[in-house]
Amino acid sequence: MLSRTADHLFWMSRYTERAENTARMLDVNYQTSLLPQSAALAQAGWWGMLSISELKTAYQARFGDALNSRLVMDFMVRDEGNPSSIISCLRAARENARAVRGSLTTEVWETQILSFLELVRMLSQDALERDPATFFEWVKYRSHLSRGVTSGTMLQDEAFNFLRMGTFLERADNTARLIDVKFHALGSDFHGQTQEQELDFYHWSAVLRSVSAFEVYRKVYRDVIKPERVAELLILRSDMPRSLHGCLREVIANLDSVTLDPASQSRRRAGKLRADLQFARIDEILATGLHAFLTQFLDRINEIGAHVSREFLVPA
Amino acid sequence: MGKLAFDEMYLASGAIREHYRQYQGWLAQQPQPMMQARREEAEMIFRRVGITFAVYGAKDEEGAGTERLIPFDLIPRIIPAHEWQILQAGLAQRVTALNRFIHDVYHGQDILRAGVVPADQVLRNTQFRPEMVGVDVPGGIYSHISGIDIVRASGADGQGEYFVLEDNLRVPSGVSYMIEDRKMMMRLFPELFSQNRVAPVAHYPDLLLETLRAMAPSGQSEPTVVVLTPGMYNSAYFEHAFLAQQMGVELVEGQDLFFENDRIFMRTTRGPKRVDVIYRRVDDDFLDPLVFRPDSSLGCAGLLGAYRAGHVAICNAIGTGVADDKSIYPYVPTMIEFYLGEKPVLSNVPTYQCRLPEDLAYTLAHLEDLVVKEVHGAGGYGMLVGPAASAAEIEAFRKVLQAHPAGYIAQPTLSLSTCPTYVDSGIAPRHIDLRPFVLSGRQLQMVPGGLTRVALKEGSLVVNSSQGGGTKDTWILESEPSV
Repeated sequence: MLSRTADHLFWMSRYTERAENTARMLDVNYQTSLLPQSAALAQAGWWGMLSISELKTAYQARFGDALNSRLVMDFMVRDEGNPSSIISCLRAARENARAVRGSLTTEVWETQILSFLELVRMLSQDALERDPATFFEWVKYRSHLSRGVTSGTMLQDEAFNFLRMGTFLERADNTARLIDVKFHALGSDFHGQTQEQELDFYHWSAVLRSVSAFEVYRKVYRDVIKPERVAELLILRSDMPRSLHGCLREVIANLDSVTLDPASQSRRRAGKLRADLQFARIDEILATGLHAFLTQFLDRINEIGAHVSREFLVPA
Repeated sequence: MGKLAFDEMYLASGAIREHYRQYQGWLAQQPQPMMQARREEAEMIFRRVGITFAVYGAKDEEGAGTERLIPFDLIPRIIPAHEWQILQAGLAQRVTALNRFIHDVYHGQDILRAGVVPADQVLRNTQFRPEMVGVDVPGGIYSHISGIDIVRASGADGQGEYFVLEDNLRVPSGVSYMIEDRKMMMRLFPELFSQNRVAPVAHYPDLLLETLRAMAPSGQSEPTVVVLTPGMYNSAYFEHAFLAQQMGVELVEGQDLFFENDRIFMRTTRGPKRVDVIYRRVDDDFLDPLVFRPDSSLGCAGLLGAYRAGHVAICNAIGTGVADDKSIYPYVPTMIEFYLGEKPVLSNVPTYQCRLPEDLAYTLAHLEDLVVKEVHGAGGYGMLVGPAASAAEIEAFRKVLQAHPAGYIAQPTLSLSTCPTYVDSGIAPRHIDLRPFVLSGRQLQMVPGGLTRVALKEGSLVVNSSQGGGTKDTWILESEPSV
């Protein structure tokens, strides 16, 4: 297929996935901000989210130090000047879809354009203000629908592989950021302090819920919610669809379908990263520092993305 | 205008024309709220499917900027089969002669030496491409896809007469609307198609693909055909994507192509792939920055070299603009006689060439009655419709015309035929035209009908979509309806 077509497909699914994860991240922060906690803690949560999304500077340029749920949610949902806002992501997904609509089934195409039209309509009717949780749920379901329509209707050729690759590379990136912000923002003194145990539970269950993993956690561990197990589930479990390992597994399966070249840098790097996850142990990762681990993971995921670009999408 | 326009459905007496009888009987029975619901349904579907066209510099309600729906009217334009047969014969004749003309001006120039068309009009025309002189193209065919604009006006006897208003031989668009309009009608009103024998049009992409494949450089038994688009911000992007998808070929942009070893390749995820036939929807000027506009990124550097070497086919050929220019238009009927030795089946609209002093004088004296068009204009821009213009507009145009008379032609304001059309106040007559598409490949083919455009503003004669025109499904009735 045309490299440019593959590029648009790749980015179409990346943007759709990013919109979903932005909604997930906002939802967890919004839910957390409803807990009886200090305003300072809620603020720290929002700042953490902005900084892990690399948007703190952009936000401050816009609003200075003023910070509350309403402002951040507006910035992350409907601000067209913010390239990572949900509206910007869904618009970019649609624009990419439009550039390759001939390579999409009618249903995939209609899903993309309806998502955007519907988003604009909902925002104009203040759906976000009235009920943020329902709104975020809607964004998630549009993304589910987009993936479902893709696997339900698209020929499983290269177009499909690049769509899937985009989804899972983006998800790996986003999940890593989410874990990072949730562990990091709390600071080391939080975790383990008994008087905070109740808060601890709500915090970690919210994190799990944000990646639809609360029930999964219970099923896998049959244990109370423990941060190190949350980290293990979201990083190392290969059968967990939003975990880093799970994402890498999908990236590799799709890379294998598009290239048989043993010298492929994308394939080699992805394979190496996956092997690291496969043989890692959570206690080792925590001992050497989760933040450092995740920072390095993000660098490596970005590198894989860049190699996929060079090899298939934007060849010189 | 004064004179009552020829109406496609009604006789001057108010009686219904034979070929509309069946349809009108059906329409009269449809409850208006149902028809209104169907109109809304059509609009919703068009928007969902994304059948839109881009308007430069405009903003739509989503703020996305550039897309607009072309309004679709529910009432079809019906042409009886015997009239279509005449149109078809006339179109085939005209396109054949035009292709012969283009071949001639880039080779022996017989027609210029015979003095039938003034040499200056051709050789000094900005659309004449010296780069094409002596270049042999497959089958000697230049305009593979021709869109010929036809209008109907009432003749002296009250009968409607068809005229050719304009030939479009560069990158004519609109065929996707022809196909989508039919699809929509069949979806909304399936019963109409069992009551009426409407000639199908959905096989157009198949004929187009056959035409394009036939142009492949020799020796390519399985040629790779691509559609070359300027990109998604082009006003006809929907159509480019639609045709590529319907034909099952790649939709490429200039950046996807590159030149190597006198051949053209596209960049794919599995390395370079040779391209044999390019259905280009990019103007000549932008095709090859090495030869034409150096600032163009829409084409592919080296394309013309590969083309001249015979390693890639370009459809339509480069340089067809020399034949569809409005300054050449007046000569098409004599061209037909010159090349084919036949009388033209379809007439031209009488045309005054403002470069001629006599015609200019006439035009200046009758501006309020005439339509004055730029020789190189298109899309309904840069023209004066005398009867609809204010005195100030006419005076402003007079200055422009006097400053550069050779840039204009003038025609009497034809009272284009009307067809009943849904408007805010109900059903009212609106002016229409017709653009049939003629394919020239190994043989000449067309699907019955074409795109009917309708001027939705009351009294307006401008049907261009960029100027608020809409479209209608066009029916060629294969035989008289069974009663």
